[in-house]
Amino acid sequence: MKNLLAIILLVMVANPGVASESEGLIIHRSTQTFPEAMLALQTSIGEHGYTVSRVQRVDIGLTKSGYKTDKYRIVFFGKSSEIRAVKQSQPQLIPYLPLKIVIFSENNETLMVASNMTQFAVLTQQKDTRVLLERWNNDIHSIFTDVK
Amino acid sequence: MSHVFIRTASIAGLALALMMAALTANAAPNGRALYENNCSSCHGVNGKGGVGVPLSLPSFLNSVPDSYLEKTIRYGRPGRVMPPHPTLSDAQIKAIVSHLRSFSNGKVPATLEALVKGDIKRGKKLYAQNCSSCHGANGEGGQGTGVTFSRPRDLPVIAPAINNPGFLLAATDSMIKATLMNGREGTPMKSFLKAGLKEKDIDDIVTFVRSFEKIKPSANRIVKNNESPVLVYDSQSDLKTTVENVKNAAKAENFRIIRVQDFENGLVKKGTESNREVIVYFCNFETLNNVLAVDPRVGLFLPCRVTVVEREGKVQVMSINPRYLSSMYNNDELDKFCDEMYAIYTNIIEEATL
Ligand code: HEC
Ligand code: HEC
Repeated sequence: MKNLLAIILLVMVANPGVASESEGLIIHRSTQTFPEAMLALQTSIGEHGYTVSRVQRVDIGLTKSGYKTDKYRIVFFGKSSEIRAVKQSQPQLIPYLPLKIVIFSENNETLMVASNMTQFAVLTQQKDTRVLLERWNNDIHSIFTDVK
Repeated sequence: MSHVFIRTASIAGLALALMMAALTANAAPNGRALYENNCSSCHGVNGKGGVGVPLSLPSFLNSVPDSYLEKTIRYGRPGRVMPPHPTLSDAQIKAIVSHLRSFSNGKVPATLEALVKGDIKRGKKLYAQNCSSCHGANGEGGQGTGVTFSRPRDLPVIAPAINNPGFLLAATDSMIKATLMNGREGTPMKSFLKAGLKEKDIDDIVTFVRSFEKIKPSANRIVKNNESPVLVYDSQSDLKTTVENVKNAAKAENFRIIRVQDFENGLVKKGTESNREVIVYFCNFETLNNVLAVDPRVGLFLPCRVTVVEREGKVQVMSINPRYLSSMYNNDELDKFCDEMYAIYTNIIEEATL
């Protein structure tokens, strides 16, 4: 029975659809407080050559309904030339664009979450776009590394 | 002459390659760095993070063998947030386990494969009396997985899902038995020997817990792995009319329209935005707050958004596929929400593209 379970789990882990379970999201914890991490995040996004297009709240009324934090934002960003090229030739990727990172506080620390963009390679046959998705993914990792 | 040169060069090259190989083989993976990259986001830098169960308690570390930790890392807990780690090497996983061990310096129990053979019928009864209040009638675990900033960290630890295939694969009978005999000091999981059960009772319960392996994985989990990441529909109307249709359809589903904007807004110089892609954002605050309480990571896809796109006179309406998100988050508690959102998105888009 245990061996059977192992096989089922192995198949699930090996199946790309499930492999993305671990890789679908990139999660990062910073030991900085929310305002510090937010500043570091936006600085690093800029240093990687991206433009922050919008910082959006999604937490209107969060504290009113008993939440511990109202420090919850989505940061949208991208390089206009890249985004333009992709949305022109691969419009089916538009729902996941521009790039975004969710940032929220957890006590005195800050958590950040982004999609792993490489999982959307299934939506395109174009090699250039696949390479671009790969680079976006690397850049998000690199940005997170900057926000210690 | 040149021949000799080539030979020396290739010998030097070979020696270098061998040295490099020796170096990399000896360079043990850095467990601490691996932990910080892969685990600390949820479990905290010191293992006290409070997502799911804490990892640093001596009563936990001293009662589980290395094989349990290694398999838990490799396979994760399907549907319970804890992700599998298919790409880490065995050496990397071992290094992470050594790092976990550094949280407490007690004795490490050996892996004992011996099966516990008890009376499953009695075990079922005893389980219902002693365990189901926390772990659920079928071992499905306590509500919530702890990935929530709304949950104060000093609240009791959420009871894990002990019917989870990842748990059952990682845990040996003897580890489960030891957990029931000794409990886990510092958590709500108490010692059932001290609570008055006999060792025979505990064997019966372990046998019943092992029988959870026979529960089939939910159909939902199988289906959601085949979803496309996006929903795309062709519209019969022009862009402007379609945008209005989307707004009306969202309102009809009790959403508030938050903002309608050009896709490129903020990304390019004001006034140069393309007007061939329009985003409609809409929201229902109650749903939003409820779902953020279940898993704050979902904010990545909130508020709700539908994009209307025109290409060569053809108009399409598209959005993320909420069902696809289920597989991204590995959180069964989100499945209901994702199914609901899937119904809402398809209703709105179908209505708008008629
Ligand atoms: C996305 C959040 C997340 C990440 C990342 C994560 N875990 Fe977990 N982990 C959890 C949750 C949630 C549980 C509890 C599952 C349950 O309640 O059934 C858990 C459970 C565990 C357990 C079982 C504990 C017990 O008491 O039996 C171990 C061991 C563990 N994780 C180790 C790790 C290690 C090591 C890493 C990094 C390689 C890691 N986790 C990464 C969320 C996470
Ligand atoms: C008062 C609530 C409560 C009761 C009752 C309870 N448990 Fe637990 N149990 C927990 C919690 C909380 C944990 C996690 C402890 C930790 O953080 O290490 C746990 C851990 C466990 C584990 C280890 C699982 C893992 O992933 O590490 C097993 C196995 C287990 N319980 C089985 C049982 C059985 C069988 C019973 C009945 C005899 C029982 N428990 C009764 C709350 C409870």
